[in-house]
Amino acid sequence: MSLWTRIANAMKGDRLNRELDEEFASHIEEAVAEGRDPEEARRAFGASRAMLRQREASHAVKVVGWLEALRADVLFGWRQLRRNRATSAVAVLSLALAMGACVSAFRLIDALLLRPLPVAAPERLYALSRQALNQDGVPFAYDQWAYPDFVLMRAAAQNHAELIAVSNTDRMDLTYATDEELEKGYVQYVSGWMFDRLGLRPALGRLLTEDDDRTPGAHPNAVLSYDYWTRRFARDPKVIGRTFRMGDQLFEIVGVGPETFTGTEPGTITEIFLPTMMNRWVQRSDATWHRTLAIMNPGEPIDPLRAKLEAVSRNFEAKRLQGLSGISKQLRDSSLNQRLLMEPAAQGVSNLQGDYRRALTWMGLLVGLVLLIACANVANLMTALAASRAREMALRVSIGAGRLRLVQMVLVESAMLSLGAALLGAVFAWWSAPLVVRLISTPDNPTRLLLPADWRVLGFGVLLIGGVMLLFGLVPALRASAVRPVSALKGGDDPHARRRLMHSMIAFQVAFCFLVLFIAGLFVATFHRLSSRPIGFDTSRLLLLETVAPHGQPPSAWTQLGELLRAMPGVESVAASGWPLMSTGGWNGSISVNGGPVSDDWGYFLSVSPGWIETMKMRLIAGRDLRSSDAFPGAAIVNETFVKRYLKGVEPLGVTFEKVDFGGSRNRCQVVGVVNDTPYRYLREPILPVAFVPFRQLDDKGAVQLENSGTFLVRTKETNPQALGAVLRRKVAQAGSGFRVSNVQTQQELLDAQTVRERLLAMLGVFFSGVALLLAGIGLYGVLNYSVLQRRREIGIRMALGAPRVPVARLVAVDVFRMVVAGSIAGLALGIGSARYIESLLYQVKAVEPKLLTLPALAILVVTLLATLPAVVRALRIEPAEILRAE
Amino acid sequence: MQGSLDLLVLKILSRRPKLHGYALMTAIRETSGDILNAEEGSLYPALHRMEEAGWIRAEWVLKESGKRARIYQLTTTGKKQLASEETRWVAVSAAINRVLREA
Repeated sequence: MSLWTRIANAMKGDRLNRELDEEFASHIEEAVAEGRDPEEARRAFGASRAMLRQREASHAVKVVGWLEALRADVLFGWRQLRRNRATSAVAVLSLALAMGACVSAFRLIDALLLRPLPVAAPERLYALSRQALNQDGVPFAYDQWAYPDFVLMRAAAQNHAELIAVSNTDRMDLTYATDEELEKGYVQYVSGWMFDRLGLRPALGRLLTEDDDRTPGAHPNAVLSYDYWTRRFARDPKVIGRTFRMGDQLFEIVGVGPETFTGTEPGTITEIFLPTMMNRWVQRSDATWHRTLAIMNPGEPIDPLRAKLEAVSRNFEAKRLQGLSGISKQLRDSSLNQRLLMEPAAQGVSNLQGDYRRALTWMGLLVGLVLLIACANVANLMTALAASRAREMALRVSIGAGRLRLVQMVLVESAMLSLGAALLGAVFAWWSAPLVVRLISTPDNPTRLLLPADWRVLGFGVLLIGGVMLLFGLVPALRASAVRPVSALKGGDDPHARRRLMHSMIAFQVAFCFLVLFIAGLFVATFHRLSSRPIGFDTSRLLLLETVAPHGQPPSAWTQLGELLRAMPGVESVAASGWPLMSTGGWNGSISVNGGPVSDDWGYFLSVSPGWIETMKMRLIAGRDLRSSDAFPGAAIVNETFVKRYLKGVEPLGVTFEKVDFGGSRNRCQVVGVVNDTPYRYLREPILPVAFVPFRQLDDKGAVQLENSGTFLVRTKETNPQALGAVLRRKVAQAGSGFRVSNVQTQQELLDAQTVRERLLAMLGVFFSGVALLLAGIGLYGVLNYSVLQRRREIGIRMALGAPRVPVARLVAVDVFRMVVAGSIAGLALGIGSARYIESLLYQVKAVEPKLLTLPALAILVVTLLATLPAVVRALRIEPAEILRAE
Repeated sequence: MQGSLDLLVLKILSRRPKLHGYALMTAIRETSGDILNAEEGSLYPALHRMEEAGWIRAEWVLKESGKRARIYQLTTTGKKQLASEETRWVAVSAAINRVLREA
């Protein structure tokens, strides 16, 4: 009977008993049918007591033997582990660390990339995007849509699929009471019919419906997410009917969404859902501001619909571009030849997914490698332990233990180790996954990810335990059980076989360790190069006050407020701009110099007040700063790249250029100054041609425009600019001219926010490198120690015969060094091979840089030396006389 | 004699496969001319032991009465086992006969 049948029997003892009863009953029936007396037939089985005994006799053969054996194995295993306390602790700890990291990585990857949205039929959800070629002919996908285009597509998709529009989740200023108390809320504009079509039910009140989404600006209704309702309102049912103000609109709360639904963007938790009709861009054909999701009808094929929607969308673009002038042919072509893509979106779509998909995958890989290293380690420890038990095993075999029985015995020990490790690892995972989420969260764009510990995580954990157990337990178990009693009892199995196994494990470990170090090195170099990139301005002590004036204020009022702030104690200088540099916002247009041809690419713009260049501590290379009398259109200060790109070979000062917009409108500016280059939106992108134009702007008729938002740039005297934040914020509110500060942050925070992913990868890389090195070191030490112990006799004899020290040391270390070199070379090859898949995560780092290749090799060399030293010393201290006496 | 029950059961099953416990018992009694009698208390544990050893295979069949009966038949291993037990038996009984004759 197989082991499996026995396990099955143990599980269903009852059924077994019933079957035995049935067999006996059938026997008695036969006997009676042949004319025997029923009583007598039953008596043949003995009285009821005897029957029971008999049943047990049959039953025992099947069940009890195995259970007893298992119990004995567990007890024996526990004694073994306790006897080798230090070894077991090292094994459990290193496994726990690796398994915890694995589960942690799985939780993140699952929550962000794998888990389906909690909606009716997530598998029928698709995201629409367009693929076009950029200026360099490289394809890029773009998933933002204009609402009028969406309306046409929805009509075309009727009977095949339902389309829904969902905007990005934006952090908006809103107020529930007075204008004084601004707070931030995550707002998402969604199609009113979204909730119904996704099969969502309200937790309170009602959800938005199709009737909430018919007329632009006419449906000021809002639905709160369950999470927000809990945090902000403590689940107050009276929240229905309350109103809040956002900009100049007043919204009424009509309901609360279901508990599990936090929007369609993993990584961001939507707090307030509004109908798309309340978005101010809803009627604009030239503004793309929402994603489009398709819910396919059951059984509906994708491709015909895709082709249909592509035709509709291209037609829309063609009509839109007909009326426009001032667009280069290239731009026109790329707008018209866009391919429409429909991709499965069961897990939702978010920017965070795009940003972190590769990064998390690589993190998962690093973690997996560390786990393999840990497994190899434990396997080696187990092999060493098994070696010291070879005689015991041999004895067991010679008194009749089956091979399966011995494998079971060793596997039970592995199971105990991995279970212990799993428990510790679970604690580690429980702590570390939310930590990583906190690390990738930035003040201006907090990341929130639901990380439930449910059956998915549990299932992964169980699979992991099983896999790990087999990985490190099976080989030693098979090996231990294959012992030949005769040779073992005579005092020597073939020692080389065992050592060969352990040595190949070392080579594996070193290869993986090298790979981990190498990849981590790439990440660290990327982070270093990115964060030490010259940025052309000084971020120290620079505070940014994002300020709104809901009803608009003339530039003079903005200037006055700036002066009020400058008079505050602790303030060194103050200037204003439309938004801060590196805040990822942008304003652009094609450039035409001196009435010449319109450029194919874009120049970028930022409105700044006089003194802004100085407050930023940028360098004015030529010309002058802006003056309060300057206006846009009129004057501009351009950066060096702008000069190189558009004003090549001419004296830049005094040149006039025009900003040509999509709609064909032209704004003329004269260059009054040139400043040094700075990044504009992103740290990673090449320097863009930028023109800094006056904050004071004129409309078509030459009248001064009111501004409703801007950012005050405050250079403080103190080293911690945030200390002044609250005071300045209050000062702005008290000025009484309708200004509110909506957000306070430092320029450094903005900068840091752009290297979050790189910092995370570098940090995790360094951490896992440390772990990998440590584990590999422990592994090496263990193996060397074992081989010295095993070859004690040989070494003793050699030394007794007068062998000098150096060859003895070499004898001990040479094999291991050979393995380390082989492993390093394998790791190097793996690293270089994998480098091209990682390129998109790197910044100005080449995989084959000598420094990045030699550092891991050096680290491994140092660890190898450290791990070898104790074993070599031990070998040299062997007293030949003692060994010979002992034998 | 020890081991003889196994031999009897295997031999009977090799000639008449698919017997249930009672039929086996009857067969042992009848073919031995009412001399050998296997008790239920030793027959069933022996059957289950041989099943576990993989010599015989059991399956449930429906009887005419509508109740289920467990019937047994030889496996390939069982046939080999039978052959070796038979050889052993012949050798042992010949040895015993010799002892009885010559002692």
